[in-house]
Amino acid sequence: MSQARETLEKVFREEYGRIVATLIRISGSFDLAEEALQEAFTSAASKWEREGTPKNPGAWLTTVAHHKVVDAIRRDKTRNEKQDEIVFESTRLQPFAETELREDTHEYPDDRLRLIFTCCHPSLVREAQVALTLRTLGGLTTTEIAHAFLVSEATLAQRLVRAKQKIRLARIPYEVPSLEVMGERLAAVRAVIYLIFNEGYAASAGQNLIRNDLCAEAIRLGRVLCELLPNEPENMGLLALMLLQDSRRDARVNDAGELVTLEEQDRSRWDATEIAEGTRLVQAALSLRRVGNYQLQAAIAAVHAEAKHADETDWRQIVALYGELLRITSSPVVALNHAAAVAMSEGPEQGLRLLEAAGAAGALQNYYLFHASRADLLRRLNRLDEAVTAYTTALPLTTNVVEQNYIRRRLNELKQ
Amino acid sequence: MKYMLLIYQDEPSWTAVPETERQQIYGEYRKLRTELESKGQFVTGSQLQPISTATSVRVRDGKELVTDGPFAETHEQLGGYFLIEAKNLDEATAIAARIPSARTGTIEVRPLVETAAEATA
Repeated sequence: MSQARETLEKVFREEYGRIVATLIRISGSFDLAEEALQEAFTSAASKWEREGTPKNPGAWLTTVAHHKVVDAIRRDKTRNEKQDEIVFESTRLQPFAETELREDTHEYPDDRLRLIFTCCHPSLVREAQVALTLRTLGGLTTTEIAHAFLVSEATLAQRLVRAKQKIRLARIPYEVPSLEVMGERLAAVRAVIYLIFNEGYAASAGQNLIRNDLCAEAIRLGRVLCELLPNEPENMGLLALMLLQDSRRDARVNDAGELVTLEEQDRSRWDATEIAEGTRLVQAALSLRRVGNYQLQAAIAAVHAEAKHADETDWRQIVALYGELLRITSSPVVALNHAAAVAMSEGPEQGLRLLEAAGAAGALQNYYLFHASRADLLRRLNRLDEAVTAYTTALPLTTNVVEQNYIRRRLNELKQ
Repeated sequence: MKYMLLIYQDEPSWTAVPETERQQIYGEYRKLRTELESKGQFVTGSQLQPISTATSVRVRDGKELVTDGPFAETHEQLGGYFLIEAKNLDEATAIAARIPSARTGTIEVRPLVETAAEATA
């Protein structure tokens, strides 16, 4: 690959979001911005090949795309005045502002924060938020996003069109939200990024290639969020959590493509660099003393990461962290995990008591892990008949082959 | 930009609200309206008579069909509306959140189609 080509691809990956964010602000239109940037990349491909790469490729592209936006707006204006249709101006996010951008400057504005909040605006459905974030901020193509989310390209394209239309017609603002709503808006942004990560992380073997990209993209977005809003502990917690989970990626699937439980993973295959960064981040986040969901989950993952072997796990610390998590979320699934940790730390009897308390409300009755965990504890307490019943209840509640095999193995052992 | 705030509420439970409480809610509505008026954001608005007074009209094949009742039987009924001026959706939803009925019902926020004539005005 030529050097110009290589630079261009690197710039595309790293700077697409930032450039498009600025172009959206200037043009008031997602479509105009995307088209102009696409054209600018095309111009760059031939020009850089001939004349060499500019000093600041990002600024070069922004400037060229900016000119294209201005031209397009002028063309549209003339056309609309003639046709006397809906005035173009009125449908744009904000009036056109002649922003001076020079390609020789090293500084150009960072509008990504506005972009993130607009993409994740609560008036857009979650799927649209995800698609829009990956498309504009991540620079992924419609085809890539469609493949990653296992929907047809037509469906995804439609989703993007509708979302952009709503932004335009309902005038979803292109700005950083006010302080009163900042907390919930930011929570939505984190939820979108974590959803992208989980979509990649929950991949089955066949789709690994595309889907690992989603994890990488989510981590990259997590980094952007931390960079744009530093010292926001939950943003750091989210990034830490994703890094720590991602560190186990190679160990959590065996050669047959089956999931391997945390206990049985070959810990030498965990990514030490990601663990180090994740652990450092979660410590820094917790030191800010504004604890939250992501920080606690990350802290739990960090405690697991610390143990060289499963039996060296500091369960007392995990119990304390789940206790805190339970206090702020009161989710039945967290209660279940808390009980499981207590069982590891204080013994199956205490664990079972908490587990049954967590299940009493009924929300866990169709949850595979509730019955499987309960069965495990009953087995350890030598209450074998009850264990068989619980394993039997758990079996039809999962479609995951690895989990089914685990239950069958346990049932066979108990019936012998 | 103009937004229509459509106020949906469960009619039977609104009817069941005691008179003193209802007067208090009307007071809140008046206060919100006055405030919007002072900022030039109030275009128009009104409470609607209950759905028992609703009539639906359809014209099919040139024939006028008038029937009793609202367009759709829904869990919550359209009970009133505000037409407001707001700079964007966030400002409109912030106003919608202050409508007293938002606490018990739902406010649907819909942007109006702006025509060329208005937009240039």
